[in-house]
Amino acid sequence: MSDILDAIEQFLARDVVMHVHGLEKADAYPAEIVERMKALGLFGATIAPEYGGLGLPCGQYAQIVERIARVWMSLTGIFNSHLIMAAIVGRHGTDAQKHEFLPRFAVGELRGGLALTEPDCGTDLQAIRMTAKRDSDDYVINGTKTWISNGIYGQCFALLVKTDLSAQPRHQGMSMFLAEKGPGFTVGRKLEKLGYKGIDSAELIFDDYRIPADRLIGGVEGFGLKHALSGLELGRINVAARGVGVAQAALDESVKYAQLRKTFGKPIAQHQAIQLKLADMATRTEAARLLVGRAADFYDRGIRCDMEAGMAKLFATEAAMENSAEALRVHGGYGYSTDFPVERFYRDAPLLVIGEGTNEMQRIIIARQLIERSPV
Amino acid sequence: MKILVPVKRVVDYNVKVRVKADGTGVETAGVKMSMNPFDEIAIEEAVRLKEKGVATEIVAISIGVAACSETIRTALAMGADRGVLVETDMAVEPIAVAKMLKALVEKEQPQLVILGKQAIDDDMSATGQMLAALLGWPQGTFASKVAVENGGITVTREVDGGLETVALTLPAVVTTDLRLNEPRYASLPNIRKARKKPIETMKPADLGVDPTPRLTVLRVTEPPKRRAGQKVGSVAELVMKLRTEAKVI
Ligand SMILES: Cc1cc2nc3c(=O)[nH]c(=O)nc-3n(C[C@H](O)[C@H](O)[C@H](O)COP(=O)(O)OP(=O)(O)OC[C@H]3O[C@@H](n4cnc5c(N)ncnc54)[C@H](O)[C@@H]3O)c2cc1C
Ligand SMILES: Cc1cc2nc3c(=O)[nH]c(=O)nc-3n(C[C@H](O)[C@H](O)[C@H](O)COP(=O)(O)OP(=O)(O)OC[C@H]3O[C@@H](n4cnc5c(N)ncnc54)[C@H](O)[C@@H]3O)c2cc1C
Repeated sequence: MSDILDAIEQFLARDVVMHVHGLEKADAYPAEIVERMKALGLFGATIAPEYGGLGLPCGQYAQIVERIARVWMSLTGIFNSHLIMAAIVGRHGTDAQKHEFLPRFAVGELRGGLALTEPDCGTDLQAIRMTAKRDSDDYVINGTKTWISNGIYGQCFALLVKTDLSAQPRHQGMSMFLAEKGPGFTVGRKLEKLGYKGIDSAELIFDDYRIPADRLIGGVEGFGLKHALSGLELGRINVAARGVGVAQAALDESVKYAQLRKTFGKPIAQHQAIQLKLADMATRTEAARLLVGRAADFYDRGIRCDMEAGMAKLFATEAAMENSAEALRVHGGYGYSTDFPVERFYRDAPLLVIGEGTNEMQRIIIARQLIERSPV
Repeated sequence: MKILVPVKRVVDYNVKVRVKADGTGVETAGVKMSMNPFDEIAIEEAVRLKEKGVATEIVAISIGVAACSETIRTALAMGADRGVLVETDMAVEPIAVAKMLKALVEKEQPQLVILGKQAIDDDMSATGQMLAALLGWPQGTFASKVAVENGGITVTREVDGGLETVALTLPAVVTTDLRLNEPRYASLPNIRKARKKPIETMKPADLGVDPTPRLTVLRVTEPPKRRAGQKVGSVAELVMKLRTEAKVI
């Protein structure tokens, strides 16, 4: 594994670090870096080797995500939802779907993501309104998705729809398609954001979009929500790994700055108020990393880990929030300046507490599991 | 044609090198080690020659501690075909390395040996030249361009004040300069594949070479700390300070 992480570090040092500030300020899509990521093989990181991927276990993948997020969190979004889409196809797709799509996903020739959220609902996915109506060998899809990462530059999305509006329970009327851009599938506007710059978040509009029935993932209606949720454990561990990356980056910048900045005749690192901050930041980061490692280990061993992944996601993303705020304080006035990277961490971290299931929902999941696992 | 590329394991170029407390050398314990950057350029050039159909096999060689096999793996991931590790815990000097490489050349019979022009740890810039002399082969050092044609090789060299182009007959020794090429990354799938490529391990004695150092390191020290700069208010003040304080004009 260390050879793979070395290659990631080399990629970051040679092709990423010097471009982050400019791309972030311009909110520009990192097209050249994406080409490098393709050449590196990142788009196939967790796809099975038989389809041309690396088949990395989740634990190793999480370490890669952490390293990249330390430098620029936005980059991790470009391959993560893509890989979750691939994981859903790998696990639930028909053989034909696996053979047609996974090799193209693995080399990054066909990239995309996950399209679940709609203007009126994100957490409560069973309330989505997008419909797919069967019409001989096709389905016809109508509705709008929003906040879709890779929406502009991606070409293919795992799309959650309703195939039966009257089903009870509601999830039995939900299905998932692999939708490639084409007539009737257009991109609305690019969404402007607090942070997470560079990566495209967009509205996707489906207006009588016709899709062949063989693009229904798994070939059977009614499993859409299940498919979507099956990708979420991996998604949560990934978001948690991003949290560790941002928390670590905030700590690293602070440890550096605290030794350089002097007040009252000594480096601020020698003032106890700063020492207390650094110690808490480091401890949080380390604890978050261990939680992520544990959840990933469960995942790799095939043990149910929604509670562990939820804990990792909750703790690591809150660590990113807290560390980025503390880093700002350690940097004094310069923390508030866009010439230093810490303000970027402070703007990026909040996405982590919202995406892949808000942290409120993580707490609810953890509590439910606690009760379910220890009934009286 | 077969190409040999020796690759050295050195302290990574991003690491801030620290002198050991006892002054016997630089700290390497717990320090990130990587392939000497000039050797990466050498591997890249060999791989490009293979991609052009000029070379048929690339053998990466490393001489040193067991962990040098990691450096060989990096070369294999970049495109070398197999590796040879000559394992020794002694600090090997250029002459010992050149002698071992000579023995390996006699065994492997390559047409070309491409080395880095120097290693970034001791900056000796000696091994390639010594190897060429021991073998009695022509050498093209500090190459910024290499072209193999009509059974010979043309090497453009970076020399003081310009570029010099030399034509060598094969077999030959080439050492790389910084501008020869920009080494590729090993892709993650290729790193995977490299784990399965063969590495042969031997000892200096197998090559009939005694690597015992001939040089003695007396002391290694930090360079003197740079003093803070000064800001001057005007050109007149600058000239005055250069004259009276720096005493350079
Ligand atoms: C930058 C960015 C990228 C994104 N990328 C994608 C993507 O690629 N694909 C995709 O499908 N979506 C994506 N999303 C959408 C994201 O997944 C949703 O924003 C998220 O799931 C929250 O949904 P919501 O915004 O509808 O909030 P809501 O569901 O409206 O939640 C609002 C608040 O209510 C709370 N809440 C809701 N229900 C409950 C409850 N039962 N109990 C207690 N509290 C509750 C929530 O915790 C939250 O605090 C992205 C979002 C952003 C900002
Ligand atoms: C948008 C903006 C507008 C501003 N406007 C003005 C203005 O109009 N006029 C003006 O004069 N200034 C202005 N400032 C500067 C501002 O007042 C300083 O940034 C602030 O006083 C902090 O000083 P500093 O940035 O040098 O941080 P530092 O003094 O370097 O502090 C860095 C960190 O060390 C901690 N620290 C320092 N000393 C100790 C100690 N002894 N013990 C424990 N902890 C310590 C601090 O709490 C902080 O966390 C502005 C700053 C900003 C960002």
